[in-house]
Amino acid sequence: MTGAATSGEAVLSVRDLTVRFGTKRGPARVVNGISYDLAAGETLAIVGESGSGKSVSVLSLMKLIPEPPGKIDGEVIFRGRDLVAASEADLQAVRGNHMAMIFQDPMTSLNPVMTIGHQLTEPMEHHLDLSTTDARTRAVDLLELVGIPSAARRLDDYPHQFSGGMRQRVVIAMGLACDPEVLIADEATTALDVTTQAQIVELVQRLQEQLGMAVIWITHDLGVVAGIADRVLVMYAGRIVEEGLVDDLYADPRHPYTLGLLASLPKPGADRPETLFSIPGLPPDPIVLPPGCAFWDRCTYRLDAACRSDVPELRTVAPGHKVATHYDITAESP
Amino acid sequence: MSAPDRPLDLHDAGTPPVEHQSRLREVLGTLVQNRLSVLGLVILAVLIVLALFGEAIAPFELNDIDVVNRLQGPSGDHWFGTDDLGRDVFSRVIIAARVSLQVGFIAVGIALAAGVPIGLVAGFYGRGVDSVLMRLMDILFSFPAVLLAIAILAVLGPGLRNAMIAIGIVYTPIFARITRGSVLSVKQEVYVRAARSLGASDARILRRHILPNVLAPIIVQTSLSLAFAILAEAALSFLGLGVQPPEPAWGRMLADGRRFFQDAPWMAIFPGLGILFTVMAFNFVGDGLRDALDPKQKSVIESRGQTT
Repeated sequence: MTGAATSGEAVLSVRDLTVRFGTKRGPARVVNGISYDLAAGETLAIVGESGSGKSVSVLSLMKLIPEPPGKIDGEVIFRGRDLVAASEADLQAVRGNHMAMIFQDPMTSLNPVMTIGHQLTEPMEHHLDLSTTDARTRAVDLLELVGIPSAARRLDDYPHQFSGGMRQRVVIAMGLACDPEVLIADEATTALDVTTQAQIVELVQRLQEQLGMAVIWITHDLGVVAGIADRVLVMYAGRIVEEGLVDDLYADPRHPYTLGLLASLPKPGADRPETLFSIPGLPPDPIVLPPGCAFWDRCTYRLDAACRSDVPELRTVAPGHKVATHYDITAESP
Repeated sequence: MSAPDRPLDLHDAGTPPVEHQSRLREVLGTLVQNRLSVLGLVILAVLIVLALFGEAIAPFELNDIDVVNRLQGPSGDHWFGTDDLGRDVFSRVIIAARVSLQVGFIAVGIALAAGVPIGLVAGFYGRGVDSVLMRLMDILFSFPAVLLAIAILAVLGPGLRNAMIAIGIVYTPIFARITRGSVLSVKQEVYVRAARSLGASDARILRRHILPNVLAPIIVQTSLSLAFAILAEAALSFLGLGVQPPEPAWGRMLADGRRFFQDAPWMAIFPGLGILFTVMAFNFVGDGLRDALDPKQKSVIESRGQTT
């Protein structure tokens, strides 16, 4: 999608990131050692069903999960330092400034009693040390950038005076306020209707081309992924089960879970099937993860004892294409 | 799907520009539609004028003793009659309004200043901080209000200033609880997490994002507590622990009038009415404020319901 993608070095390197939550029944292992790099200007999609740990994994990049009950281990190397080990003050200097986040529901991610102008200028005054006047000027520019009509006039409006799609534009403007190198969109279009979704996706793509930031796009919508991503990580039970360039992954999925996800998409143009395919079963409980492959009991290819006893490592099956299985599986496999 | 440079959100293009409407005006607008609240506001306005200009309005000096005309009933000269020392009850009731309002505002101010930060911190940080602070509040809360105030005054000694401190302490747990309860729900809001994701510190989040969102119940509780505080002051003064003679206070006047109730009921009735109207006025305003602040909450909940 973006020409500059995957060219430069990594702006963000995640190494063996692990997140657990203490619960009454024992530790919930929500993210189990994931590693990936994010290149400058790249769009990386992280897909997976609810509870696969995708949201927690990105929230923990900036340590936005409460500790305790959460516990983050591993390394998140950003701008030459490990954010997992960074102090709260250092994290505050990174959050919103170099790395920003857009949340799922624009109805709740804006403070209802603050004007959007205030909410937009707050991080700017904080991080960029702008005067109120300069911050307001920049806020108007940002609102225009994200496509809010008569932006200057709407600066003093409250969130409830905006529609859902417009609010998500405001939220995006807040994320962009300090020109971050990395923008994380956590299900940023999930709460919106389809038309608005498409607009927001296009908006983020356009902004990414204009501003050259890297985007991590969390979604369970493979349709959105196909349109926006350069590279895709498929997560299951807190692990990366498949990783590859978007075209490779869609054309040649190697993990049975990815195969299942793709099979469950309705195909445009094809005859309408009687029922859509769905992967049988439920994801495992993060408190009692199986010792072997977490997808074992839902897998239609499960082959032998190794699947039950050993966690498959992520291995390279083609250039830039990795998969965590014990066996080579292709769409043509039995 | 070509990338548009202009917004193409047709739905939004069709919405008429929303007029900038301040929330304060909105709340006041709803408040004045409530007739009882308006009555309450009018009574409070009169009381405030009396409190500020009591001496100028009162026909007699506060301590004009006229023993010859003692215990006279209401008349053209003495609208509310005279007391056992021949002092004009009307003048004393008017001037005592200042004490009542002063006690109300300062005592509730103390309770607010102590209770709201305690509730904010307890609710926001939770866990051990919450347990310790709220158990302390529970201890205070477990005493009957006036009994606790009497106990505090027994330590501090009687007097107006100490009465205000005592009442303030007694009402602190109410504000701490109300604040904490609201903080518990507000801190879960996505916009709080969003603010954190944009680099806001704890102090900033508490001040700019949480406090403004928990204000509504605090405002309502403030107006209701003003009424309770005035009642408490009357009770304390009645018991001789609050305002000391010859300063007039409604509670004190009630206590003095009690002895002459058979012969001169006006001595007790008029200060009693003063308390009644003041407390009623604060309650009316408080009820109205609750209604005025509430529909907003409802509409927020509704709009949230639609999207989930």
